Amino acid sequence: MSHGKPGRTYPTPPAAKDRRVIGHPVTRIEDRPLVTGHGRYAGDINFDHQLHMRIVRAPVAHAKINGIDASAALALPGVVAVWTNADIATLSPIDFRADKSAESLKAYRQPALAKGRVRYVGDPVAAVFAEDPYLAEDAAELVQLDLEELPVIVSASDKPGTFDDGLHTEAGLFTHTFGDVEAAFKTAPHIIELDLVTGRHSGVPMETRGAIGRYDAARDLLELHGAAKIPHRNRETLCRMLDRSPSALHVFESHVGGGFGIRGEIYPEDVLVLLAAVRLGRPVKWIEDRREHLMCANQGREQRHIASIAFDDNGIILGMRDEIFHDQGAYVRTHGANVPNRTMCMLTGPYKVPAYAAIAHFRLTNKTPAATYRAPGRYESSFVRERLIDAIGHKLGIDPNDVRRRNAITPAEMPYARPLEALGEEIEYDSGDYIGLLDKALAAARWTELQASLARRRAQGEAVGAGLALFVEKSGLGPTDGVRITVDTGGLVEVVTGGASIGQGIETVVAQICAETLGVDYRRIRVVHGRTDQIEHGIGAHASRATVMTGSATHAAALKLRDKAIDIAAELMQTSKDALDIIDGKVVRRDAPAGSSMALGDIARHLAPGSKTRGEREPGLSVTGWFTTDHQVYPYGVHIAVVCVDRDTGAVAVEKYLAAYDIGRAVNPALV
Amino acid sequence: MNEKTSITLNVNGRDYAVNVEPRKTLADTIREDCGQTGTHLGCEHGVCGACTIILDDAAVRSCLMFAVQAQGKRIRTVESLADGETLHPLQQAFIDNHGLQCGFCTPGFLMLAANTLEQQPDIDDAELIEVLSSNLCRCTGYQNIIKAVRAAAVQMRETATR
Repeated sequence: MSHGKPGRTYPTPPAAKDRRVIGHPVTRIEDRPLVTGHGRYAGDINFDHQLHMRIVRAPVAHAKINGIDASAALALPGVVAVWTNADIATLSPIDFRADKSAESLKAYRQPALAKGRVRYVGDPVAAVFAEDPYLAEDAAELVQLDLEELPVIVSASDKPGTFDDGLHTEAGLFTHTFGDVEAAFKTAPHIIELDLVTGRHSGVPMETRGAIGRYDAARDLLELHGAAKIPHRNRETLCRMLDRSPSALHVFESHVGGGFGIRGEIYPEDVLVLLAAVRLGRPVKWIEDRREHLMCANQGREQRHIASIAFDDNGIILGMRDEIFHDQGAYVRTHGANVPNRTMCMLTGPYKVPAYAAIAHFRLTNKTPAATYRAPGRYESSFVRERLIDAIGHKLGIDPNDVRRRNAITPAEMPYARPLEALGEEIEYDSGDYIGLLDKALAAARWTELQASLARRRAQGEAVGAGLALFVEKSGLGPTDGVRITVDTGGLVEVVTGGASIGQGIETVVAQICAETLGVDYRRIRVVHGRTDQIEHGIGAHASRATVMTGSATHAAALKLRDKAIDIAAELMQTSKDALDIIDGKVVRRDAPAGSSMALGDIARHLAPGSKTRGEREPGLSVTGWFTTDHQVYPYGVHIAVVCVDRDTGAVAVEKYLAAYDIGRAVNPALV
Repeated sequence: MNEKTSITLNVNGRDYAVNVEPRKTLADTIREDCGQTGTHLGCEHGVCGACTIILDDAAVRSCLMFAVQAQGKRIRTVESLADGETLHPLQQAFIDNHGLQCGFCTPGFLMLAANTLEQQPDIDDAELIEVLSSNLCRCTGYQNIIKAVRAAAVQMRETATR
């Protein structure tokens, strides 16, 4: 299958009827422990002699810290220590993991404990360490804060204020442009300007955050348990912050009760438990409570857009402009200015736009810091763009879906390059039939009848309507991921990945790919993820790419392993490699599958280091496979919502919701 | 409140002698003192239902009770559902109908549903949806959770009449 440019070729998969596991809605290998109560979430992880950490948090949104009195807390029997910023003065603030624009934002990073000022409700001010979690909470309530309240900034579009001496609350100003937008707007027959706001949201996973720090002094190993999302990348950041070598700091993910983009980033608590484990010489456990989660976990999406669009009498887009006020909250967290930049780069969406100019004011306010929350930058930009498209239709008196049809990039124009960047790569849409999907979605929603019935209801006084958005997503960001597959002498297949699981079913998907490629039962495969001590690299579970990257690396590794098994089996079975296949974990002759066979476990034994039959082959039935891609891909979708607002109470009811996507080939249709 | 008191809790048919502060919640005690960590804490104020257990014949939120209040009662948690290697019909139905993603809310849903089907084996759909609405799932699993519980209800009724 070609992937647009020559040279980007991928193996052609077998026809669906010939596939055994891929493409089938098989049940998940994750589920049995989870339905029997054997999951191991952060709260379930305990170590002997552990201490419990409780954070004292700012009760106000902006204040100067005049003093912190921990004497009453320290006097409680069982309280081991209380730290304030003075105790961690040499510790680096929470560092960035992404975004090349981050260098200029360094001064806005969050210290693990507030320094001099508190900047949002929930800002960590002190950390209490005690023998018992109830006691730690008691002690935290005894820590006295002497705070002098300061004026607060609550809107990113208000005049910026002072962050600190010599520092403005506008942390950055970013632009993305192409084409001659001035000229386009000067000559356009029509211009519409909309002032649009997207609200502040956050992810609320069922499991709150948790972090357990443990220091093994005997081996000089520092461990962080309770990790999620991006264990390997977080290790890099933590090593930089704590000045440790990667092989002396390991991050462990076990079960994770939901992610939504906000869980699994590095927060102050993660660094505090690590530092405390070293300094206090005992494991330190911290489990967030729900109130803390709502105050402190990353939030997102709060933007104001002053967006305008220039178009001709037929509704053809001539140019787009947007001025964005991005409410970053109190500090710049791990993503730097990634979200406003991505908003601008994805704003043009599925349409041909000849000229474009966007500018984003990246501003701090006295709210919970923002970062990536589900489809960061795409949610915001899709709302703004699709409102502009609707507005063109309304102004010209044509169906907004016709405006979509007239402006959408066509399949014949693919691959379609856009002179913008997304996540450090030039945007080039790989494929897509946007209008084909739009028409399918409209048919599925019975759009014409729906509109007629909504019009009747509106005529009777109801506040009801349907909204539609056509958008482009991004997926499969590379460049490279690798997995290691090993078959042990018992025939069990272990796939060690650098992926992560937030409940999406990655274990099953990886097992299916491995099973199909190798020729084993997917239920006989163990998939390891989220452990930096098991594999050196990993991309985790973010930016919609685990199946593309980790799945493809699994495919590459399984092909290699298959070849290695068949190579020695051919010698032992005195036949040619071509004559052999692997079915249900056994190497068999293609011409006589029911005849003599060799189990993969036996082949592993023949490949043992001391085996005489191994020959010159590298020991072990184990391989590493890599997958590299030079370009991410751009899936797309259509959402339709029918919403009714009660005129008396303002209550909103979503009556109907339809989502249509080009999902390609689903590895497991039940999980899509 | 910080003085510990000795109590005995009967969890999944087994007695646990524990020494807890009177303020310690039943959920924390089941998890920490009885070692049954299948009961999860999502909100600690009775909203999410992840900590749902069966106390005698009622589904209750174990974060809203103190351990000392559960003395002399029969406590059942998710660990009690399977019979050895054989899963409870609800557990199997959750797997078969993709009724879970991250699995954190699952034990609470299973115990809520188990109690509901014990009390009302013939519960109708509308009432079932009403009951299941009392717990929260955040991975967009409600449709499949309802499907799973319905499937288990049918299977349990068939087994009962066999």
